[in-house]
Amino acid sequence: MFGPLIVKPQKSKGDNTGAWRIQSRPKFLQKDCIACRMCLLVCPEHCISGKEKNTYQTDYNYCKGCGLCARICPKKDIEMVEESSGDKQ
Amino acid sequence: MGDRLLYKPGHTACAGCGQAIAARLVIEAAGPNTIIANNTGCLEVFTTRYPESAWDVPWIHSLFENCAAVASGIEAALKYLGKKDSINVIAQAGDGGTADIGLQALSGMLERGHDILYVCYDNEAYMNTGIQRSGLTPYDTNTTTSPAGSKSAGNIRPKKPMPEIALAHGIPYVATSSAGYLQDIQRKVKKALSIKGPKYMQIHVPCPLGWRHESNLTMDVARLAVETGLYPLIEYENGALIGKRQISPKPVEEYLKTQGRFKHLLNNPAELKKVQEIADNNIKKYGLKVESQASSS
Repeated sequence: MFGPLIVKPQKSKGDNTGAWRIQSRPKFLQKDCIACRMCLLVCPEHCISGKEKNTYQTDYNYCKGCGLCARICPKKDIEMVEESSGDKQ
Repeated sequence: MGDRLLYKPGHTACAGCGQAIAARLVIEAAGPNTIIANNTGCLEVFTTRYPESAWDVPWIHSLFENCAAVASGIEAALKYLGKKDSINVIAQAGDGGTADIGLQALSGMLERGHDILYVCYDNEAYMNTGIQRSGLTPYDTNTTTSPAGSKSAGNIRPKKPMPEIALAHGIPYVATSSAGYLQDIQRKVKKALSIKGPKYMQIHVPCPLGWRHESNLTMDVARLAVETGLYPLIEYENGALIGKRQISPKPVEEYLKTQGRFKHLLNNPAELKKVQEIADNNIKKYGLKVESQASSS
């Protein structure tokens, strides 16, 4: 434990912080998406990906369910659903 | 943005963390040829919980007070190796590490003229250790070391004018930005990195835990701070004010009522008036109010 503690880059990928979600998860409806990329820009986890319209999706392994993407979406194309609803994706 | 993420998911920030948003935008705007020196703070703790790291760029943490000094050393070494032109050096810190503990190292860095971008993520208290008051905590904030009660309305001192302090060193670029304006952060980082010499940037980042608001309101709270005039977005180049975000000022109550840390102010008209005065002074000082012609268009 002496000297600099050097860690390999990107190692946090192993941490599945999705287990932190307690109430709700974002559901990407993929209907009215205009690919403005605001959800991707605002996500503190950087776990949203997508390129074309209606292809945006979040990685539930990391999503902490903060709800910022649903809040910022100008088309209301993302909604927060109850974690316990059993609604996959 | 390329396909390569420079800031990976899996870090341990709270849900809705404003600092996590801002830090990612800064590194994405700076690109992969960047070396980061980080001092102690939330950002250091949540991105590099040993033995893990969310960064995909060289990243160094030494102590609480000296990220500016470490970055100065990196910059001097790169200069000696003749590689400075292709590599950006960023020093980043929280508000306590900038305005209180790291101020002398920052001042030294600015005075020696190193080619470094210093980014201060201003969440207005020592959030990492449990919401203690810092130099950048605004007036009348309820924190654990400045509690509000029957004899006190929270923090008794106004916010330290860090952008002005940096500006007084005569450095080429000083800017403030906010997590509520995502493209604004990226534009200012890109502009800062195109300028040679020491640069200072301060980004207002809401903290859902310390400010006591819902995690999905981070953007709204950050925007309200700007729209009420309590956090002016300004940009100085070579000492001249070249940019500011103009607003149609909203009353400060709209900003204060969104957060638990200001809850005690809402039935205290005397203190509310003092906070409104701070906003009015900012609006007057920087000329933030939209001209009547511009607002009608």
